[in-house]
Amino acid sequence: MIRIEGIQKQYGRGSAAVRVLRDVSLRVETGELVSIMGSSGSGKSTLLNILGILDDYDQGAYYLDDKLIRNLSEREAAHYRNRLIGFVFQSFNLLGFKSAEENVALPLYYQGVSRRARNKLAREYLERVGLGHRAEHLPAELSGGERQRVAVARALITKPKLLLADEPTGALDTATSYQLMDLLREINQQGMTVVVVTHEHDIAEMTSRTIRLKDGRVEAADPERAAQEPGA
Amino acid sequence: MIEGLLELWDTLSRSALRTVLTGLSVAWGVFMLVVLLGAGKGLENGASWEFRDDAQNSIWIGGGKTSVPFAGRSPGRAILFKNRDVDDLQRKVAGIDHFTGRYWLWGEFSVSYGSKRSSFNILGVHPDHRFLEKTLMTRGRFLDDADLSERRKVAVVGSKVREILFGSRDPIGEYINIRGLAYKVVGEFEDVGGENELRKIYVPLSTAQLVYNQPDIIHQLLFTVGDASVEQSQAMADKARLVLAQNHGFAPDDRRALRMGNNLEQFTRLTGVFRWIRVFVWVVGVGTLLAGIVGIGNIMLISVAERTKEIGIRKALGATPASIIRMVLGEALVLTGVSGYLGLLGGVAVIELVASKVHDAPFFRDPSVSLSLALSATLLIMAAGALAGFFPAYRAARVNPVVALRSE
Repeated sequence: MIRIEGIQKQYGRGSAAVRVLRDVSLRVETGELVSIMGSSGSGKSTLLNILGILDDYDQGAYYLDDKLIRNLSEREAAHYRNRLIGFVFQSFNLLGFKSAEENVALPLYYQGVSRRARNKLAREYLERVGLGHRAEHLPAELSGGERQRVAVARALITKPKLLLADEPTGALDTATSYQLMDLLREINQQGMTVVVVTHEHDIAEMTSRTIRLKDGRVEAADPERAAQEPGA
Repeated sequence: MIEGLLELWDTLSRSALRTVLTGLSVAWGVFMLVVLLGAGKGLENGASWEFRDDAQNSIWIGGGKTSVPFAGRSPGRAILFKNRDVDDLQRKVAGIDHFTGRYWLWGEFSVSYGSKRSSFNILGVHPDHRFLEKTLMTRGRFLDDADLSERRKVAVVGSKVREILFGSRDPIGEYINIRGLAYKVVGEFEDVGGENELRKIYVPLSTAQLVYNQPDIIHQLLFTVGDASVEQSQAMADKARLVLAQNHGFAPDDRRALRMGNNLEQFTRLTGVFRWIRVFVWVVGVGTLLAGIVGIGNIMLISVAERTKEIGIRKALGATPASIIRMVLGEALVLTGVSGYLGLLGGVAVIELVASKVHDAPFFRDPSVSLSLALSATLLIMAAGALAGFFPAYRAARVNPVVALRSE
């Protein structure tokens, strides 16, 4: 699903340049649940932005669902983000003035789906994450865990190829965090490719594979799992 | 389209107070512009109304008294026009369009038809008089050259005269008695100048002279100057003064010898004033409008800055730059369009209200705003709204989602 070959990325130029990603190569197969770990400054946010087509890179190649994602116009990038990727953010990033249902429906607005059709579908997805009864509520009226589940429903509604979660449990307490990870695993078991960026070990351990980043390089695949999956 | 509008409604109603206040400034601008323009139009109509009775390009000349000695004659001599003045002026003053003399039969005359009797003003004139007085014939004809040269006893009567003497009957061909002489009625007229004008009876100038046994006296001379400019009409007035000075032997620079009036000069001076009033109205109105539009641009910039995060989220979810521009631009357009339209309605309502309440104010009449003006004002507002929204929209479209998502 994801194929990254020798990606480099730097900010700034000349002596002031900061090389954030030095040489990153990795693969994520369809249906995998993978975590990317790294301390702050390791370049994991940048990698996530590149994976999410929110940011471009300098060298290398990034294939998503066998499409080369490179030098896209803003329009194409928006199109791929809308069709291929579902985002879940640490701070939920729901629109505060829209109800849970309208938030979930929003990506479909950009596909030109009619209001009635997208609200109906949004209701279905909210029910799948167990929040059908909260559809009319504004985000401010929901708990943190509920908000993140709304965000998950929003990420799934376009039936993307890839679910990208950026520190999805960063703003949640432990119990809620585990519930959310259960939800992500469940979604993964239904066939969705899921990539979770985190710095929490217990969260990373709930995924099937962990990629560690350090100083802009992939440090090493998880030793024991690497042994089990030699080609990964 | 509908989808987009619903989405716009969501964002506009979210900050309702700000939306209303911003809209109010634009509405106020348009309101002021419309009201000022309407009031300006009212002043202009009022001024034209004051001049409505007479040709606006006419010059009239009456006899005065000489005030300086000239060619051996002592001052204080009254100037009375003669028939040859009519010919000389028409021959020597280039550019005269219509020309008439006036001979007043002083005071009201008792006029009768059958047993009906009343008094009216009688005026001896040339055929061209109807152009100078803007006389509208409703029945029959006005006086003609043959009436003049044959000194016919014919009369053209105002509609009020007809009403009093004939009731609703057709007066044409009937004979009325003026001071013991029978005149045949050949025409009936209307005049916008009011009731006094309608109580007049016109007879041929030569006939009037005969009746008073003053066959070579004319009281007043009037002519129109066609489409001459003010300067040209002034030159014509000067030339007429020169011709008359020669005929009557007074000093050409003796201002007292003649009484002259140039309606064109007065009218032009007045319209000049109104042109400046119109310029002033536009400057003030457009200025007010501009302030409102700048306000909109400002608010949209604030709105975009405030919503950087929202725009980032929308972009992450697949909003294209074009859709972001549509969103911001649409907001500005809807805001200016709706509030501008409301201001327009309010302004027109006020104008209509004033128009229905104010009737006989001097120099103010029928304030109005033309439909095309209202439409172009609305279009102007929409265009300005688009302009006001463009830069914020452009800025919004360029928001980097990575940065935007990080902002709080």
